[in-house]
Amino acid sequence: MTLEPMPLEPLAPEAPLDPVVARKIQGRSPWRLAYERLRRDRAAVIAFVVIVLVLLAAIFAPFFATITGHGVNQQFRGQPPGLTPEGLPIGPNHNFWLGTDDQGRDVLVRIAYGARISLFVGVVATLLTVAVGTVFGLAAGYFGRWVDTVIARLVDVVLSLPYLLFAIALASVYHADLAIVIIVIAFFGWASIARVVRGQVLSIREKEYIEASRSLGASSWRIMFVDILPNVLAQVIVYATLLIPVSILFEAALSFLGVGVPPPTADWGQMISEAQGVYQQAWWFFVFPSAALVITTIAFNIFGDGVRDALDPRVEGL
Amino acid sequence: MLRFLIRRIALGAFVMLAVTLIIFGVFFVGPGPAYVARRLAGREAPQATVDLIRHRLLLDRPLYVEYLHFLDRLALHHDLGYDYFHQQPVSSVLKQAWPITASLAVGASVLWLLIGVLSGVLSAVKRGSIWDRLVTVSALVFYSVPAFVLGLLLLYVFYFRLTLAGIHLFPGQGYTYFTASPIKWLEGLVLPWITLALISAAAYTRLTRGAMLDVLGEDYIRTARAKGLVERRVIYRHALRSALTPVVSQFGIDLASLLGGAVLTETVFGLPGLGYTAVSSIEQQDLPVIMGIVIVAAAAVIVANIFVDLLYAVLDPRVRLH
Repeated sequence: MTLEPMPLEPLAPEAPLDPVVARKIQGRSPWRLAYERLRRDRAAVIAFVVIVLVLLAAIFAPFFATITGHGVNQQFRGQPPGLTPEGLPIGPNHNFWLGTDDQGRDVLVRIAYGARISLFVGVVATLLTVAVGTVFGLAAGYFGRWVDTVIARLVDVVLSLPYLLFAIALASVYHADLAIVIIVIAFFGWASIARVVRGQVLSIREKEYIEASRSLGASSWRIMFVDILPNVLAQVIVYATLLIPVSILFEAALSFLGVGVPPPTADWGQMISEAQGVYQQAWWFFVFPSAALVITTIAFNIFGDGVRDALDPRVEGL
Repeated sequence: MLRFLIRRIALGAFVMLAVTLIIFGVFFVGPGPAYVARRLAGREAPQATVDLIRHRLLLDRPLYVEYLHFLDRLALHHDLGYDYFHQQPVSSVLKQAWPITASLAVGASVLWLLIGVLSGVLSAVKRGSIWDRLVTVSALVFYSVPAFVLGLLLLYVFYFRLTLAGIHLFPGQGYTYFTASPIKWLEGLVLPWITLALISAAAYTRLTRGAMLDVLGEDYIRTARAKGLVERRVIYRHALRSALTPVVSQFGIDLASLLGGAVLTETVFGLPGLGYTAVSSIEQQDLPVIMGIVIVAAAAVIVANIFVDLLYAVLDPRVRLH
């Protein structure tokens, strides 16, 4: 795994628009057009529905606890039995729909609560990464000269650090928690997006409208954030959507290694790690959390692909 | 060429210095040393014991003295210190671990470059076919699967189920040195190689497919075909060569994550390489070992990136080194 989104593929050329249709869509904003393109992409729509379902599961996690009557950290050792007499997890049954884990807790309820951590880290870490990366990228591209050089060297340094090892090292000195996970993702992720934004800014900076803005007396800040930023936003959004699944996988990996969120918090990576010891006897304990993790990341990757296809300016030229 | 090399090496040295500064900052500035001393002393120990441990580990001197000392030992004596538990030099801990990570990494990267590039070429050449769809979908799936899930799955199928069926093909855990038994070495590495390769190949498949589709539309490919060259030669000699440039630069970036991916794969398969050693050192708060591993890994990435830049120029004559 890397902290960069999937490499992009070139787009299939779009069929030329019917002149009648073309007349109809005149006067719509690029964002509106992108939205309509996205809506026509069946894979992206399905992926979006999956993401919404995961989001609902996360928001209404207590609801799963209520309908099953099982608390998220509640260990069932008496009635109903959550463990076999040998102390092994119980398979899926009418009581525990997805079975129990090695401590007699309900896997379904824990998966629902685990969705909260994954989505939270995925979204917050991505927002932070993108914000930092965009600001650095804008500054490097706009100011050039020594600012560009300093940022370029920073990027070199960040990209040379083996980030998973580094994250593990950090967790060994500080208490492992969600904040560290998010900071680590942002610390290692900003460099790539800064490079992307910088490249865009370099070409936009020379446009006439920037010169016009400058001649009207606009400050550097205004030019960077009001005049340039909206024009790199499409790229940034594409990058951000594809960074979410990467962040989710990274968090799961840290928790799998025991340096993510501390137990007994329900977390997918941690569940898979706990399942390691017993999964030969209790497949459900391994399969369901893994499926939740993989389905969520696939959905985000497909959706991100769709967003890219919809927003990519190369399509607009056709 | 020589000027490029000198510039690149100077830059690498600068980056390495910055890396040591960051690592030092993380471990020695802030609550780090106090926390480590407390953890080593135990929760119940009196403050005097904690202070003594801190003093013994040389964690109580002014920051700049510590940093200069750290740098001096590292640069002039190639000394990474001693681990806190066995009084073993960190360098000898690393010496035991690196061949294992290297065996894993080299085998896996050969495999994933092969899988990634070939499947990418296949799906670009047969664009729109069932093969293309199959390759594209599996690349997406493998891109979304974490190494530990795939590793555990492979272990379940190829170790646990096979052993139950009476076939002992792969060991479940552990590492055999090549010098001890080449066959056992290979058997123990096949599943880890496949795990790491499949996960990493996905990005290369997409990259190669994209680059090939771009290149196949270029005029010089039409020229090559018009000359009457066999299609195989057009694809592999003419198109692939320039399509490989983005693949090579991605490989340079991935070297850093390769060590990351190796952490997870090593943990799942119980291979006591660098990543596994780092993870097990956390539980013991063995700072010198963790720091040593991060520094060595960073150095490896920096050196490898210089090689990748050189390779870039060899592959694509349009690239000029400056």
